[in-house]
Amino acid sequence: MQTPFGKETYLYWYEIMLLLRRFEEKAGQLYGMQKIRGFCHLYIGQEAIAAGAMTAIRDDDNMITAYRDHALAIAKGIPARECMAELYGKATGCTKGKGGSMHFFSKEKRFFGGHGIVGGQIGVGAGIAFAEQYQNTDRATLCFFGDGAARQGILHEAFNMAVLWQLPIVFICENNYYAMGTSVERTSKVLDIYRLADAYDMPGDSVDGMSCEDVHKGIERAVRRAREKGGPTFLEIKTYRYRGHSMSDPAKYRTKEELEEYKEKDPINQVLKTIMDNKWATEEEIGHINEKVKMEVDEAVKFAEDSPYPDDSELYKDIYVQEDYPYITD
Amino acid sequence: MRTIALRQALREAMEEEMRRDERVFLMGEEVAQYNGAYKVSQGMLDEFGPKRIIDTPITELGFAAIGVGAAMNNTRPIVEFMTWNFAELAIDQIVNHAAKVVSMSAGQFTCPIVFRGPNGSAGQLGAQHSQAFENWYANVPGLKVISTCNPYDAKGLLKSAIRDEDPIVFMESEVAYGDMGEVPEEEYLIPIGKADVKRAGTDVTIVSYNKMMKVAMGAAEELAKENISAEVIDLRTIRPLDWHTIVGSVKKTNRLVIVEEQWPFSSISSEISYRIQKEAFDYLDAPIRRICSADANMHYAGNLVALYLPDVPRTVKLVKEVMYMVK
Ligand SMILES: Cc1ncc(C[n+]2csc(CCOP(=O)(O)OP(=O)(O)O)c2C)c(N)n1
Ligand SMILES: [Mg+2]
Repeated sequence: MQTPFGKETYLYWYEIMLLLRRFEEKAGQLYGMQKIRGFCHLYIGQEAIAAGAMTAIRDDDNMITAYRDHALAIAKGIPARECMAELYGKATGCTKGKGGSMHFFSKEKRFFGGHGIVGGQIGVGAGIAFAEQYQNTDRATLCFFGDGAARQGILHEAFNMAVLWQLPIVFICENNYYAMGTSVERTSKVLDIYRLADAYDMPGDSVDGMSCEDVHKGIERAVRRAREKGGPTFLEIKTYRYRGHSMSDPAKYRTKEELEEYKEKDPINQVLKTIMDNKWATEEEIGHINEKVKMEVDEAVKFAEDSPYPDDSELYKDIYVQEDYPYITD
Repeated sequence: MRTIALRQALREAMEEEMRRDERVFLMGEEVAQYNGAYKVSQGMLDEFGPKRIIDTPITELGFAAIGVGAAMNNTRPIVEFMTWNFAELAIDQIVNHAAKVVSMSAGQFTCPIVFRGPNGSAGQLGAQHSQAFENWYANVPGLKVISTCNPYDAKGLLKSAIRDEDPIVFMESEVAYGDMGEVPEEEYLIPIGKADVKRAGTDVTIVSYNKMMKVAMGAAEELAKENISAEVIDLRTIRPLDWHTIVGSVKKTNRLVIVEEQWPFSSISSEISYRIQKEAFDYLDAPIRRICSADANMHYAGNLVALYLPDVPRTVKLVKEVMYMVK
């Protein structure tokens, strides 16, 4: 069977997507057991975007996203155990138990955060790209946000400046058709979100987010443009979240049939089918990958369980860089 | 008397005012078809229809502006923010526009609008979702600020707010929407700008508002076990500040402790402390003390959240300090 990518790529996609899926399933369970608190937004169903993005970029490219950040953070290289520990609010988490589910960060992995104010990261992402241009690097910045976020005014301000200054950024709208309980049709008359780029003369494209191949191709092209000083690109990647908006959302606003329709196109199944059709792995080898992923998630949970909570003295740490800042304590 | 939840008290206030006045409508994210992110507007779409219960895109600046313009033009909008953290995007409309319509137009135009939603922390939600903003808005001439999570007060004050001719910032509490309280069936209004003595006492005055009232009342309860009689005042309205009620109480108790969820710098307690030292200096037997949220961003971990927020034991200790019982 002709495939646009080789065996290694498909096996990577399979393993990383399975890890993201199993991590999120476990996070969902642990939330139910109150091990994880606060808001928790799962990425299940959207994994092909993280997987396809990772094969299309370099390790030193930048990433920034919203609160639905677990999977992109892990794909970008933050160890699953540090992510799980963060969900537990433990000192060994990727933000020392300070950020929680919505605010994963890693300077080392050039992951500029999970951000909780809808749309805020669209402008911040443009600023990160601005600094790359300023420092004359060839790094690209991937800036992710939702279909709901695409209606915030900051999108227009950031798009305009990004084109005006030819910033090396790829704006990526993960269109999963809903912003909480509000479907895309109820937020605008512009349903092809990628066309918002037209108003600013920015190249825009629609991408199938259930296909790793499509995601890779779309992002690769846009990243090349960014590196070659061709300016920003806007990709609308159509995807679906299988779960509710957050753990407290029963998702009554959509039908079972709609959900099933997307599960039919599940990216993990698609990639596995390609691997099997091409005889790139035996059942046994796939079994090994499955087992390896399971162990990684189990190990992450054990690590989180065994880790300490932050010391009480952390209350007044990481507020300012200045260490002897005079806090008001009375 | 019947008891109902805070979310129902707020809903009844909006429903009654909407039945009374065609010009009142509700606008915000998920208020209609989803029945409200926290179910405050549950069922309102069914009764009033999509013309008056309006779902918006996630565009806080935009729909706040629609509200301000509409309020200038003979309607009375209620604009719901999913939380006040998100109203930061709309603060330009609230502060630079709504608060200044009367002044700039020399009274020709008014802006009778209510901006409402939950304020303050709600568990382990991290730095961006846990902020309390009363003092931000209370600083602004032209705005009135109400902050309460008591069902009875919330209903009576929200009705007054909707009828008021000036722009109102109305702050609720996400963690208190299920709190039950006695609310009469009959209609009533509570005037804006009046504090309420929730517990009478003689030894010390504790002033608080919104969900920190639970800490204040809890502390009063603990203190009573040790024969210390605390008077607890719920401000309910932040601006205009009903300092007369506080002065009246301090003249009796000679001691004042303030409990609030604000950050300490330039907070409501700062303002109260100024006013009371000026108006009741000769009646104070101890410095005014306060307990605020930590002068920090709220971290996610449970232990750091607990340390961040005012609590009963630290309030009790503070009261004992102003009574010179402990150092
Ligand atoms: C400024 C702001 N307004 C509202 C919210 C509450 N909120 C959190 S997520 C969300 C929906 C966002 O949907 P979308 O952008 O499509 O992203 P998705 O959750 O589908 O990934 C809303 C309304 C917020 N966090 N920030
Ligand atoms: Mg969405």
